[in-house]
Amino acid sequence: MIALSAAQLSFNTPGADAPRQTIFLSDNPGRPMPLRQREGFLVRDGEVPEGFGWYLLHGEATAVAARLANQRVVLLPPELDYLGDGDVVRLNPERTALRVLYRRSSPHNHFLLTERCNNYCLMCSQPPRNVNDGWIIDEVIEALPLIDRDTVELGITGGEPTLLGERFFDLVRSAKSFLPDTALHVLTNGRLFVNPVQAETLGKINHPDLMLGIPVYSDLAHVHDYVVQADGAYDETIRGILNLKRERQKVEIRVVLHKQTYARLPQLAEFIARNLLFADHVALMGLELMGFARANLEELWIDPVDYREELTAAVNILSRARMNVSLYNLQHCLLDRSLWPFARRSISDWKQEYMPECDGCELRTQCAGFFASAKYRYSDRITPLDGSGWPVRNQKAGG
Amino acid sequence: MSRFQQLAEFERPLAAGYELLPFHFTALDDDNYVATNVAGEFVVLTRPDLEAFSSQSLPHTSALYDELKSKHFLIDSDSDVAIDLLALKLRTKLAPLANFTGLHMFVATLRCEHSCPYCQVSRANDDRTEFDMSEATALKALDLVFRSPNPAIKVEFQGGEPLLNFPLVRFVVEEAKRRNEAERRNLAFVIATNLAVIDDEILDFCRTHAILISTSLDGPADLHNKNRPRPGHDSHARAVAGIHACRSALGRDQVAALMTTTAGSLGRVREIIDEYVSLDFDGIFLRPLSPYGFAMKTKFYRGYDQARWLDFYFEGLDYIIDLNLSGFWFIEHYAALILRKMLTPFQPGYVDLISPAGIGIGAIAYNYDGDVYASDESRMLAEMGDKTFCLGNVHTHSFEDIFLGDALLGPLEASFAGSAPMCSWCAFEPYCGADPVFHHATQADFVGKKPLSAYCNRNMAIFRGLIQRMRSNPDVRAVFERWANLG
Ligand code: SF4
Ligand code: SF4
Repeated sequence: MIALSAAQLSFNTPGADAPRQTIFLSDNPGRPMPLRQREGFLVRDGEVPEGFGWYLLHGEATAVAARLANQRVVLLPPELDYLGDGDVVRLNPERTALRVLYRRSSPHNHFLLTERCNNYCLMCSQPPRNVNDGWIIDEVIEALPLIDRDTVELGITGGEPTLLGERFFDLVRSAKSFLPDTALHVLTNGRLFVNPVQAETLGKINHPDLMLGIPVYSDLAHVHDYVVQADGAYDETIRGILNLKRERQKVEIRVVLHKQTYARLPQLAEFIARNLLFADHVALMGLELMGFARANLEELWIDPVDYREELTAAVNILSRARMNVSLYNLQHCLLDRSLWPFARRSISDWKQEYMPECDGCELRTQCAGFFASAKYRYSDRITPLDGSGWPVRNQKAGG
Repeated sequence: MSRFQQLAEFERPLAAGYELLPFHFTALDDDNYVATNVAGEFVVLTRPDLEAFSSQSLPHTSALYDELKSKHFLIDSDSDVAIDLLALKLRTKLAPLANFTGLHMFVATLRCEHSCPYCQVSRANDDRTEFDMSEATALKALDLVFRSPNPAIKVEFQGGEPLLNFPLVRFVVEEAKRRNEAERRNLAFVIATNLAVIDDEILDFCRTHAILISTSLDGPADLHNKNRPRPGHDSHARAVAGIHACRSALGRDQVAALMTTTAGSLGRVREIIDEYVSLDFDGIFLRPLSPYGFAMKTKFYRGYDQARWLDFYFEGLDYIIDLNLSGFWFIEHYAALILRKMLTPFQPGYVDLISPAGIGIGAIAYNYDGDVYASDESRMLAEMGDKTFCLGNVHTHSFEDIFLGDALLGPLEASFAGSAPMCSWCAFEPYCGADPVFHHATQADFVGKKPLSAYCNRNMAIFRGLIQRMRSNPDVRAVFERWANLG
């Protein structure tokens, strides 16, 4: 687990007086002179090239700090040791804070655009707050040009990003302009696309590689509306998906698996195969115990082993319909073996963990592992597996 | 008080009742009914349940209510997106119609070196060329082919044995490809041949132009040779050798085989299937015998009745299902076509099982002499002296005369299943079709009285048989889902 922000940092005097800003970090002493003023230099071994707008020092480099008294300097705590060349951070000297916006070495970079949402899902990992946070997207749009153009994928989350209206479309336009080769994956509930004009606006941007990840929790409207705690949401989401597909946008259907959604999984799969066969991807996801999921633990928790039958049936229906199916956040030893080819290691690198029960499991490098939050509740049937996928204990007992 | 509302809150609107969406129902067996909606989704339910549902008194707490809601048989005040989804599904099913004619059959010659008793059209092999299509006729036919707006055009060479007039085949392929440089259609070619006269020159040509081979294989050697007499009694051996030769020259999947069912086939369905399995085909099309031509004259058609054919079909189907259940992948293609209609949003373009009928607008046949027929069966009927479905001649009629004339539009409109007696209220209509040629041939009427129709009886039995099989065994349903999604 790594920290993505830090507060109570020490800024030196010139640094503390500087305005908030988003900067590109480099450890390359040979950066072109004209760029340095807008960038931060990561001081590693005492070498301090001149001309950078900021110098970021690890705690023990304080001797260097004295030499840089006239430059803007911020001292990094050990948990930010990982910052490297090409990363992008937001500095807020007034609050002595730093946020990491982008890590070049990570395949899992995402931006949270707003905490506001028009759903209120029982298991929301990022509980919505009705706050005025329009500044966030301004920062993100500012950061996009600093991001490495070889970035494979960027995630956009919320809250509900589309509530930002025209600013959301600005972001997609910017991403297309500055990062044309980067896939953009947007998590949205799709409800606002019930307005065909919104879908059309997105379609016209013609982003080369945009995927909208949209949750559909049931084949029955009232069950979906209950899960997202919003009457009428289902019809808007489904119509939104139809409008987006009419605009030839890529759509991923996302289903979070828990006690309120598992029972009709096969029926939901049939419904998707029959009505939404044009979806580009279906992701079936184990529950992450963050936010509301923890508050509603008793209503939501079910051991994945106990929905194995429904999940297996659903995946088979979807894959027989030749849909593209993935399982996220689900561990190998809890799944029917036939589903392993669908299981992805999806948990962001900084969140993925394993349990003490996993000791000796030879499939760890294939297994999705756990969110750190799984410590609040996880299956009591974790079973280390041997190289060919059979429970280790059985093998010992047998041989 | 929790920030979260209970499920019951969201169920409240359901208590206000529901409205029916369009559906039809037909008995499945003694206890159950099949109900289908306009998009072909089906629900099996008991008579009391059907009565409760249709009188709008089905409780929203029942599992059947959920199923009917999920499959778009009803809407309640909670949600009406079902209407959008139904409309979209119906549009998806009907959309291919707008493409118009995709399959264009060229009868390259009526000559054949086989003398099959059930064959409707062929002439004994001789050197006379009066039954060959001329280049002039082919050019006129190609003009019509490219008038079709369909982005995918398939040209199929028929006979007789079309390879006896190979120069014409070559001419048409080369000319069509030349025109297609400007037309840019997805252009494909098929040669329907008994493979008896195929040689390296022809194989080379097929490889160069990616031409598919469709051949005949009726089953084991004795059955095949009895069905297909030729000098030397070696039709089966030649077909098998030809299949191997085509596969090594063109690729395994470039050769398809079709069987013809005769009185001699009945009772031997497993042997016939085994023949296909051992020749490494992925499936078989268990076909009924058509009532046209010599087949009728020689009493083959009456040689067995509908019930015997259905026994033959279902014995074969069950044998194939068992193969699949034991892990061997093999398809019955007729079932697969119907299952695609039952289990997917798509509508396969199979001309015998579609409404409006596939005649003319799905497939068209250009006879050797330039006469244009609404289907392959139509020209067979003509050989018996009934030219009802002759739509014109390439030399004397325009595209509009042929495709928009009464000879085609009349039977298309009359036979449309959605408005035909019995079909229009039949639950199986979304899976079935209209076959004005068959009903004209057998009942002298484009529509036909369906209770007397072998077409209706056969298909209805198969629809029921498929639904019963997937209902009684989830593993069979899984096999069927895979077949349905092949297309
Ligand atoms: S025991 Fe192995 S398969 Fe199971 S959760 Fe741990 S690492 Fe994954
Ligand atoms: S032909 Fe028979 S089975 Fe087909 S739709 Fe008409 S009545 Fe139904």
